[in-house]
Amino acid sequence: MRRTGPHETAGKATRLVLTAGCLLAVDASFAGATDTRRPPIAIVGDAIPAPLTDTPGDPARGRAIVADRTRGLCLLCHAGPIPEERFQGDLGPDLSGAGSRHTAGQLRLRLVDGRALNPDTIMPSYHRVDPSPRVGAAWRGKPVLEAQEIEDVVAYLATLRDDTREGPAR
Amino acid sequence: MRRLAAAALGAFASLAAVADEIPQAERRSGFDAMSAETRAMQVDDTANPGLLWVQDGADLWTRAPASGRPACAGCHGEAATLRGVAARYPAFDEASGAAIDLQGRINHCRREHQGDPPYGHESRELLALSAYLGFQSRGLPIAPPRDPRLDPARAQGAALFRERIGQLGLSCAACHDDNHGRRLGAATIPQGHPTGYPLYRLEWQGLGSVQRRLRNCMTGMRAEPFAYGSAEFVALERYLMDRAAPLPIETPAVRP
Ligand code: HEC
Ligand code: HEC
Ligand code: HEC
Repeated sequence: MRRTGPHETAGKATRLVLTAGCLLAVDASFAGATDTRRPPIAIVGDAIPAPLTDTPGDPARGRAIVADRTRGLCLLCHAGPIPEERFQGDLGPDLSGAGSRHTAGQLRLRLVDGRALNPDTIMPSYHRVDPSPRVGAAWRGKPVLEAQEIEDVVAYLATLRDDTREGPAR
Repeated sequence: MRRLAAAALGAFASLAAVADEIPQAERRSGFDAMSAETRAMQVDDTANPGLLWVQDGADLWTRAPASGRPACAGCHGEAATLRGVAARYPAFDEASGAAIDLQGRINHCRREHQGDPPYGHESRELLALSAYLGFQSRGLPIAPPRDPRLDPARAQGAALFRERIGQLGLSCAACHDDNHGRRLGAATIPQGHPTGYPLYRLEWQGLGSVQRRLRNCMTGMRAEPFAYGSAEFVALERYLMDRAAPLPIETPAVRP
């Protein structure tokens, strides 16, 4: 995919610094950062190893979020092993096998803020309050998905292991 | 026009973004990606529902306004004399010192020359008259005016096109420059050229302006759409027309 210019995200897009192996405290724009009962979301290398909530993710709820074009939006851009949903998109890779290619922690960072990995990606950062202007009134100040929804989607993606494509071992 | 566009872009965009502009020879209308049935509907004047609005526009063109001042035709004569106008708008408006689009120009004449209140955005009358005038230019290549006074609008439009907005942090360019031809759910992402407006959209079951289309895209981005008639929309229209030239005008087009 061709990349859009770096000027789009320059400056305020993300203050995360990715340094392999370092624990980093995270930007206040992360949705979870306002919850003082929980430690800030910590990125370690290319992953967020710790779950965002105490309740383990539910793969069935996660599947429903991924399948829902107005909630997860995933199938607008991705194909996936959800045969009842026709007209899946092809802007991103097929989600089949995502759980074989990535650890749960890697999937979590990809969802929470994929732009920390690839600032130019078209994939939205699902659990940070996007710093872009002109957010519609209904969405202002809210992340695309709440912490528990992220955990549900991570749990679902981790079950997608039937792919033969190569990826990092877990 | 390329010189102008390049100058306007230079002020705002990085080299990478300019390189992402679709070269003229590769510009394609959304028409090309439509199903055979929808294409047939557009090109057959007896099947294209947009022609009903064109007919309404022809009636309005000759109808005297309530004020008793002349009809459009009273001053302009045959509408065919305005062939080419839709292909070069938005243009610079001396009176306001800013860019004005075709619908703004129609309402300007209504106010200043007919002494009647302007038509509402997306009203049957405004859509009909702009479809009628667009129809006069059908088949003509989009021909952006070489007017340096439009440079600020061009630059603003280009910047808006590339700006990430809304909850999803998307830009127009992310879809229409970088991912055209790919599938977003059921829709094939077009290059996003405003060649056919106002047009009949099957999803709307009616005619709509380019601003209505842009508001649809912005809502999809979970962004607050610009207001109808705003300077931002006129600037985007100017940039989109530069970016689409020299594709031919298709008004009234049909789209899914
Ligand atoms: C606007 C388009 C878009 C949307 C919506 C979107 N993605 Fe993505 N996604 C991408 C693109 C493009 C990539 C490719 C990597 C990149 O651009 O950084 C990607 C990459 C990924 C990856 C890594 C793929 C791999 O196997 O290497 C995963 C997992 C993923 N997305 C999951 C999701 C899930 C789950 C959702 C919904 C909650 C979602 N995406 C919504 C565009 C999107
Ligand atoms: C009293 C005379 C008069 C009437 C009536 C009138 N116009 Fe105009 N129109 C003008 C003049 C004069 C201009 C040149 C720009 C200006 O000063 O407004 C113009 C410009 C235009 C233009 C722009 C042409 C170009 O080359 O840029 C359009 C389009 C237009 N008129 C459409 C209409 C429509 C549609 C109506 C009926 C709703 C209408 N006019 C009624 C006098 C008139
Ligand atoms: C997430 C991808 C996406 C984004 C972002 C987006 N669009 Fe679109 N746009 C589309 C799709 C898909 C269509 C066609 C819809 C259909 O045919 O049902 C479309 C249609 C259009 C069209 C109509 C083209 C025609 O043939 O009539 C224009 C013009 C346009 N977009 C401009 C814009 C502008 C300007 C922006 C930014 C404000 C924007 N779009 C943002 C996906 C997008």
